[in-house]
Amino acid sequence: MRTIVSSLLLIVLMITAVTVTAAEITPERQAELIYLLRQDCGSCHGMRLSGGLGPALLPERLRLWEVNQLAATILQGRPGTPMPPWRPFLTQQEAVWLATQLKQGIQP
Amino acid sequence: MKYILSLFTLLVVCEAAFGECLTRGTGDMGIIVERATGSLQVVDTSAHKSLFQITGLGDLSHASAVYSRDERYAYIFGRDGGLTKVDILCGRIVKRVIQGGNSIGGAISQDGRLIAVSNYEPGGVKIFSADDLSLVADIPSTRISDDKGSKTVGLVDAPGQRFVVSLYDTGEIWIIDMTNPKRLEIQRFKHIGRLPYDGLITPDGRFYIAGLFGEDGLALLDLWHPDRGVVRILDHYGRGEQKLPVYKMPHLEGWAMAGDLAFLPAVGRHEVLVVRRGDWKEVGRIPVHSQPVFVMARPDGHQIWVNFAFPDNDTVQVINTETLRVVKTLNTGKGTLHMEFTPRGEEVWLSVRDKDEIQVYNTRTLRQTHRLPAEKPSGIFFTARAHQTGL
Repeated sequence: MRTIVSSLLLIVLMITAVTVTAAEITPERQAELIYLLRQDCGSCHGMRLSGGLGPALLPERLRLWEVNQLAATILQGRPGTPMPPWRPFLTQQEAVWLATQLKQGIQP
Repeated sequence: MKYILSLFTLLVVCEAAFGECLTRGTGDMGIIVERATGSLQVVDTSAHKSLFQITGLGDLSHASAVYSRDERYAYIFGRDGGLTKVDILCGRIVKRVIQGGNSIGGAISQDGRLIAVSNYEPGGVKIFSADDLSLVADIPSTRISDDKGSKTVGLVDAPGQRFVVSLYDTGEIWIIDMTNPKRLEIQRFKHIGRLPYDGLITPDGRFYIAGLFGEDGLALLDLWHPDRGVVRILDHYGRGEQKLPVYKMPHLEGWAMAGDLAFLPAVGRHEVLVVRRGDWKEVGRIPVHSQPVFVMARPDGHQIWVNFAFPDNDTVQVINTETLRVVKTLNTGKGTLHMEFTPRGEEVWLSVRDKDEIQVYNTRTLRQTHRLPAEKPSGIFFTARAHQTGL
């Protein structure tokens, strides 16, 4: 049952995510998101995203996951770990955009 | 004329780069970490001015520092595993080593001869000579996989030439006795609780406390009687209550004590916990603006200053330790990350990241008195730390 629910969830996420492009997020908001990533995600993952109390968020390590899986983790957090849900601060589109940036690698 | 002017400019630049060292005491000096640029400012807390900017310290996200006992040298622990020894009188780096993959903080030994660094990767503690940063001891933590050890957190110095550290992944506290560096001794306490995220030691060096992320309560070790083992305190706290998501881990550095009362940040709650030293029972909970990050006592113990986690990190609150009430809420600006009192507490310096400035407050009037520009400032460390156990 649980796998069915999570697969369904994944499919829903994929459908909603498929049309997201950077154009839908304004350059100002993109800059804000990168700032948030470095400064606030960075307090656990490192400002250069090379890891800290939380794991590294560099493309090499993130290869293992799809964009949508990463976006879901950003939005929902990881129960049982310190990773909190960021849904109050990010839309689905923004999380997908951020996950895409992370997988591509962000220049310092 | 133009020629003379450029010669003059050149001289000024040279002076900045190879300038004379200052001839003065360092007791009213400190450093400010500028984390995004990997630089430091050396400041004068009497004159409220910057003396030097020092660059080339690598990744300083989450950087911390300790001081040599002569208060001339600062040792900076960087996120990239860098350990840098800085001469604050000359405004320059004396020595820099990359000692690990990813570090979180460190401590200086009671006698000032050893610098210990706790590492996330590969996991463990390394101990260096404070003099030339040569490696004295490499202490791997408990393995959690073939190539990884538990992350180490909450590393402090303790009397008796010891260091105390918590192991995040494996839930342990270790006492490392460096009396004889060639034959160091480690006492390991296991099953102290899930995910200790930071630790602190009382200013007298007697009690070590680790905050737990994975469960309620804190782990307490009496260093006068380590044979009594680690005990859980405040374990009833928050039982059955749903914690809020934590967007910034609290810090336990700097034991906020006022008389017999200790003040601690509650994890995942908008509260400061008040605990009685001795029986370690909860005396009260003070409702505050948001989730506390640093809970720090003014040196005289009459006030507690608290800053907060994202997204409420634009505010600082002041608590009166007699009435246990918030007496002032200050809107300091987004990204208020750290606070440091001058040695006798008449001022507190705050780093406000998003305003790129340091704000200085008079702690009696609670009014801002000075502002200093700084590039994305985070940690502020004054030299008086040199003579405080655990800082």
